[in-house]
Amino acid sequence: MITVELRKMFRRPRTWATIAVLNALPVLVAVLLVVTDLAPRPGEGPPFLSAVLRNGSLYPLAALAIVLPLFLPIAVAVISGDAVAGEAQAGTLRYLLARPVGRTRLLVAKLVAVLAFVVVTVVVVAAVGYLVGTTLFDAQPIGGTSVSGTSLTSEQITGRTVLAIGYVAVSMLGVAAFGLFFSTMTDSPLAATMGALAVLVTSSLLFTLDAASPIAPYLPTRYWLAFVDLFRDPIQWRDLTRGLALQGVYVGVLLAAAWANFTTKDVTS
Amino acid sequence: MSAVISTRGLVKRYGRVRAVDGIDLDVQQGDVYGFLGANGSGKTTTVRMLLGLVLPTSGEVELLGGRMPRAGRRVLPRVGALIEGPASYGHLSGRENLRLLDASGRGGPWRTRSARVDAALDQVGLGGAGRKPVKAYSLGMRQRLGLAGALLRRPELLVLDEPTNGLDPQGISEIRELLLDLHRGGTTIFLSSHLLAEVEQLCDRVGVLDRGRLVLQDRIPTLVAPTGSTVVHSPAPDRVRALLDGRVTAVEGDRLVVRGEDPAEVNALLVGAGIPVTGLALDRPTLEQVVLAAAGTSPDRVEVPR
Repeated sequence: MITVELRKMFRRPRTWATIAVLNALPVLVAVLLVVTDLAPRPGEGPPFLSAVLRNGSLYPLAALAIVLPLFLPIAVAVISGDAVAGEAQAGTLRYLLARPVGRTRLLVAKLVAVLAFVVVTVVVVAAVGYLVGTTLFDAQPIGGTSVSGTSLTSEQITGRTVLAIGYVAVSMLGVAAFGLFFSTMTDSPLAATMGALAVLVTSSLLFTLDAASPIAPYLPTRYWLAFVDLFRDPIQWRDLTRGLALQGVYVGVLLAAAWANFTTKDVTS
Repeated sequence: MSAVISTRGLVKRYGRVRAVDGIDLDVQQGDVYGFLGANGSGKTTTVRMLLGLVLPTSGEVELLGGRMPRAGRRVLPRVGALIEGPASYGHLSGRENLRLLDASGRGGPWRTRSARVDAALDQVGLGGAGRKPVKAYSLGMRQRLGLAGALLRRPELLVLDEPTNGLDPQGISEIRELLLDLHRGGTTIFLSSHLLAEVEQLCDRVGVLDRGRLVLQDRIPTLVAPTGSTVVHSPAPDRVRALLDGRVTAVEGDRLVVRGEDPAEVNALLVGAGIPVTGLALDRPTLEQVVLAAAGTSPDRVEVPR
């Protein structure tokens, strides 16, 4: 069933179109930077962007930081919101369940497919970022600069980039869990996607509000940009571990709710 | 003979509305069972409960000897279903759709998958549809594809909801032949429809659903059995009436209904009296009359409550 879901997802032109659109923005930003040679000053704009003119091998991280606040969560919300509700809207859900495919199995397969999408997307964004970064900017093959100002070896950069990709993927898993949960509640993929996005917008908005500071540590988007901490010297693990734990709780609770809802609901689509 | 589908006191309530209100279906092995009911009478909800898609409020469903929905994993692979119209992934070809559907359930070895898919496509007459994506299919072709999906695993029981929807007359008769052929091969067919003619041509047993209740369930030959009267057509109805006074129960133009289950005897009487007879037959109700008598008005009608 998992192979079937993966095949369905990656044979869909829409999946690749989404990934292509996601890569367009970082590429555009890179081209603009090269043409104008105007990098944002350190501390302004998306993280890492100020450093890429000096070291292009940091561009995968800049690319992730560019798509992370908006584009990436939208893409993940679209795909995960479509997971069950899309089948319901197309009418294929009833045929799958009458095949029969167990409801739990179907949900797990959908989750794995969404997870695969998240990983593939993040890796592709990082890879395209690397290509763009090393061709358009001066790449310093040996070492680089940490956010704290000290030097990092290229092995350290590679290792930490891999960790950063993993961390971003886990953050997106939280979005996917919201999307999948809403997807089991409605027969409209659009409604499920909007539901997941509404949660994220609310979370980002509350995060900027001082009055909401008591609940800020529990907002799903709170620790998203903590992957920057991987490039401090030494690595600051505090926000990273909190981010992972928070996403873990969200994913666990939402998936349990999605499962409870989906396995007991009447399929009338 | 063993029961293929049997329900006891099946109820589905949506809020205060009882969509299905205590029905006891009984479909035996080898039946072609026609499940008749107007739109909105609860047919689809019942079909969905049979297949475990909708969970009953109360009552039991037994499918091929297993309690649904728990036994679904065991019995559903032996059931082929077409539920409320076909559905497929529009951007893929019909063949690819069937391959995905086949790969979704358990128990379909991939070695023989292509053979199974090709056989099902040939059966419904889509063998030559090629790589065209389903979104370019006509309604009739989609219906055939849905049927192919139902036939994929050579099921013992076919549960079909409006299988001839969207087909042209040739297509309908082709599908009817296919279903009768499968039936001769031992497949039990449960056909849900609101088309009386379709059910009459195909089925040997019917159940009639009216506003969630099963108001009738019997063999068609029993339902349309002679009523014990004879229908006489005569250009001189008044003379017939005068001769057979007391036995004539209805007159309608030149058509008279005469009590007595032997047309020959009635004929002899009339001819003996020199009354011309242009038609003579046993009085049988049509299936339509039986169904209309059992079911009330169409649930589509919404009248002002008084």
